[in-house]
Amino acid sequence: MAKVREKAAAEAVIEEMSPLAARLKEEYDGAVMADSPEGILLAADRLPDVAAYLREAPDLTYDHLANVTSVDYPDYFEVVYHFSSTKNGGDPVTLKVRANKTDPVVPSLTPIWPGANFQEREVWDLMGIRFEGHPNHKRIVLWEGFEGHPLRKDWHEPYYEADHKPFPSRWPEGQHIQVEDRTPFKGNVQYPPNWDPDEWKPVDDMADFVERTEARLKADGDGMKTQKVVVNMGPQHPSTHGVFRMKLMLDGETVVGLEPVFGYLHRCHEKIGERNLWVQNIPFCDRLDYVSTISNAFPYVLAVEKLLDITPPERARYLRVTMAELSRILNHFVAIGFLFNDLGAYFTPVLYCLEEREFILDLFEMVSGSRMMCNYYRFGGVARDLPPDFMPRLEYLVRDRLPRGIDEIDYFLSENEIFLSRAVGVGVLPPEKAIRQSTTGPVLRASGVPYDLRRAAPYSLYDRFKFDVITETAGDVYARYRVRLREMRESVKILEQVLEQVEEGPIQEGKKVWQQKVPAGEAYGRAESPKGELGFYVVSDGGANAYRYHIRSPVLMNLTALEEMCLGYKVADVVVILGSIDIVLGEVDR
Amino acid sequence: MLGKGVLKGMQVTIKRFVATYIEDLRYFPRRASQEAAEYRQRADTRGLKTIEYPEQKIEMFEGFRMIPFLIYEEDASPRCTACGMCARVCPAQCIWIERDKTPEGKNLRRPRHFTVDATICMSCGLCAEFCPFDAIRMDNNYEIGAYGRDDLIFHKEKLLRPVAYYAKIYPTEHALKEEEKRQKAEAKAKKAEQ
Repeated sequence: MAKVREKAAAEAVIEEMSPLAARLKEEYDGAVMADSPEGILLAADRLPDVAAYLREAPDLTYDHLANVTSVDYPDYFEVVYHFSSTKNGGDPVTLKVRANKTDPVVPSLTPIWPGANFQEREVWDLMGIRFEGHPNHKRIVLWEGFEGHPLRKDWHEPYYEADHKPFPSRWPEGQHIQVEDRTPFKGNVQYPPNWDPDEWKPVDDMADFVERTEARLKADGDGMKTQKVVVNMGPQHPSTHGVFRMKLMLDGETVVGLEPVFGYLHRCHEKIGERNLWVQNIPFCDRLDYVSTISNAFPYVLAVEKLLDITPPERARYLRVTMAELSRILNHFVAIGFLFNDLGAYFTPVLYCLEEREFILDLFEMVSGSRMMCNYYRFGGVARDLPPDFMPRLEYLVRDRLPRGIDEIDYFLSENEIFLSRAVGVGVLPPEKAIRQSTTGPVLRASGVPYDLRRAAPYSLYDRFKFDVITETAGDVYARYRVRLREMRESVKILEQVLEQVEEGPIQEGKKVWQQKVPAGEAYGRAESPKGELGFYVVSDGGANAYRYHIRSPVLMNLTALEEMCLGYKVADVVVILGSIDIVLGEVDR
Repeated sequence: MLGKGVLKGMQVTIKRFVATYIEDLRYFPRRASQEAAEYRQRADTRGLKTIEYPEQKIEMFEGFRMIPFLIYEEDASPRCTACGMCARVCPAQCIWIERDKTPEGKNLRRPRHFTVDATICMSCGLCAEFCPFDAIRMDNNYEIGAYGRDDLIFHKEKLLRPVAYYAKIYPTEHALKEEEKRQKAEAKAKKAEQ
């Protein structure tokens, strides 16, 4: 790895710079240290200025902080920022800053870009880079007091066997070891040295939230000295769609402070991903967003294909789009159904929605062999071709069943007075704030920002299809519901065009290799998943395993705006607002 | 009119409610028949989608993935050559293979032990996809519930299935492979003639 890095650094010093880097160099003397196609390297202390400039300059308008992540190189840490433009679309701009190994510190972008809040906390939690000026500098998925920072290369998990799969113990002398033999008190539990479990006292994580919220209320001029109520909601709560927890501060029934707590479903996805072979990550991707499973690997294969520099054949690309759009319809059905569950329409609408979903799952099962854990996308193609009875079934669904199902849901729910009174004007998120909080997907579009990656930065075949980017102006719960409903119709439209255009042909470019070697480099692949921008940032050192594998989760970013949406509404509305974001904890916690 | 939206919703519910009964009448008096299950799986069904498991069962699509199994030929020799491809490509690393050896320590092209830990298998099917000898395939038997975790450690004896079983659950794929084999053999025979 070190060798590869040095080479890249040496290349970066050359005078030839991208126009943007040259301009930044001119504007900010000494800020730009190097430039390469993989990103502009900045001096750490100038980062906030340059980032603000990217947003404010009228012809740049990089107003959307898409992704913040970090990489652990042998000699330094690197924090990577991806900025995209909601106005102009196109590829994101990559900024990088470096931090030393002994005491890594980088200035925080959170005060000016609230969207960086959770992402910077995640970098601190998993990589151990401090962000100076962050208002709530706490761990995010692990608990306070966790020893070490797991994504550092020198951190080893309790079952640690080797840096990379395949593990040598499996073959050719493979002797099976029962999982139990390695579980509790036999090496599964790792205590930090000199730590006594009996003396450990749990941290009161509420106190800190109360303190911060009260300070903020005081600053806002909260004159009335009424007693506030602090409520803990979740992680076991039926409305939280999994194990999600919120700390709430209430004034009567009105929410005056909210802080989401994550990590109850954290499965070390990224650490596992760095141990895996490239191809082994594809089945793990299905476990991210377990509602729209099949399309999760889409951005991952796009990112790796960028490094491999291959393009899948036409038919494979059509199949990918087909599956992605089917999963979008499926996801929106589930989202709408469960929104009504949260509203109290207990299980009638959701079962009607799940019934339509069932037919789509049948298609997935037919083509991939599994209903939910599809494992369908491959580098340079897809896993299997369609079985003969797939097309007639798809055609029937697209031309008949799905439009009818969508119309029925529309007729059934859209004008329901109870729904209207609970949803209209609730959880309003103004467009500027939606962009600033880095929201994407239906949440952003419901606030009136026409930002859809399928249109803004077309990938795969999306530049061929005619479809509308759905927006609503109100930005409330009802608008988000309408966006999802109308988006399903657009997806059906895309599928109709697929049916007309798809032709027979090969489904795999080149030969499928199990131990795929990926050329050294970095790539950020992104796709418009049903929930928003799903991005994969991968770094390869030229080997068969990922050096860094990061997921930009759309739902985690959308939750950044949750407090903004909930402030001033009643505690009963929190449930509805959360339902309208459409969270899936598998993707939030990873 | 206030309440119109709610009434419209009720209309949908009533329609659905009636549809399920009409569907039931069609199979009166045996609503749990196999024929009813097949109808309910079709895309154009209007009533119920659910079936009454375990009285009714759905036929799985070809290629449904559950736990891998090993194929042995008609002469009872396993196809597996212990090359270790499946054990290495497995994302969960749930396959353990010990290669068989002669008493002198020479490697044999067959496994001595072959273990799949079904408790950690993630049913991804990569082993079957990358097997160069078509020796491992995914079984479609989803009823693998057991009373103890030891019962879920599948050893070679439990994993081995005859090629006829493979032909039964993978009819299209098996026919395709046989055709390929036949063509190869034919080409070889032709070459030998020349």
